[in-house]
Amino acid sequence: MACVNADGTITATAKALLKSLERPLNPEEISGRLGVPLFRVRSSLREMVEAGLVVSQGEKYLASEEGKKKAAAA
Amino acid sequence: MDNTTATQTPASLPRIGSPAPQFEAVTTHGVLKLEDFKGSWLVLFSHPADFTPVCTTEFMGFAQIHPKLREMNVELMGLSIDSVYSHIAWVRNIGEKLGQKITFPVIADLNKEVATLYGMLMPGESKTETSRCVFIIDDKQIIRAMIYYPLSTGRNMDEILRLIQALQTTDKYGVACPANWRPGDKVIIPPPKTQEMAEERMKEKGIERADWYFSKKDLK
Repeated sequence: MACVNADGTITATAKALLKSLERPLNPEEISGRLGVPLFRVRSSLREMVEAGLVVSQGEKYLASEEGKKKAAAA
Repeated sequence: MDNTTATQTPASLPRIGSPAPQFEAVTTHGVLKLEDFKGSWLVLFSHPADFTPVCTTEFMGFAQIHPKLREMNVELMGLSIDSVYSHIAWVRNIGEKLGQKITFPVIADLNKEVATLYGMLMPGESKTETSRCVFIIDDKQIIRAMIYYPLSTGRNMDEILRLIQALQTTDKYGVACPANWRPGDKVIIPPPKTQEMAEERMKEKGIERADWYFSKKDLK
């Protein structure tokens, strides 16, 4: 995965993304906030949803409890 | 009759004006889907192989126009039939030895899935290396232009930029761009489609008119 390392730790981009998701945001809002291209936000969100670090709420995304723990520990 | 030949069908190739074939691929930026780029234009390009000199000059050229492309809402993505580890080693090498940071993702198309989907392999030239193809895909994921170069000749970054500028100008203003057009040059007013429109065109003020079907104007 691009955001989650094999040992379960997360990348700097993933940490920034999780920290931005303390409240629900859509991919465009995340892209604007972090200055990360939209395609990278979309692919990262897909990976983090699969890893259980982010949950989707309609078109918005929010860090899960596990995601918040990972972001705090990173 | 040779059955193999009889049942062989030519690979389907992308066409200008058709939806870009969707794919999911391993890249140097993780697993990406074409649909991840929706809302942005995309230059999808292939190169023959990592760690080869012409491709290295092209990668540096693409990286150099990347900031300008981003200003135009255009992303870049490369592709070759190499592993993601080879791609990572090569882009790191370009950064370390040549001082050019490679900022765009590169598809590791080891199973030739995307290369086949987009007709990037030219069997007469090479069965294992993709030719120098460029697909300009718009923000609605429609193929807008294609460029094919042989293995031996590097592409012209300036022409790729000019082509996208021309396509975006066409979309914005409903005009066409003449030969060797550059931003700021006069554009072509589409020819009239009826006799009445042709007569009106002949009376139109403020345009450069050679004849009823051939007029140019400045963009305000």
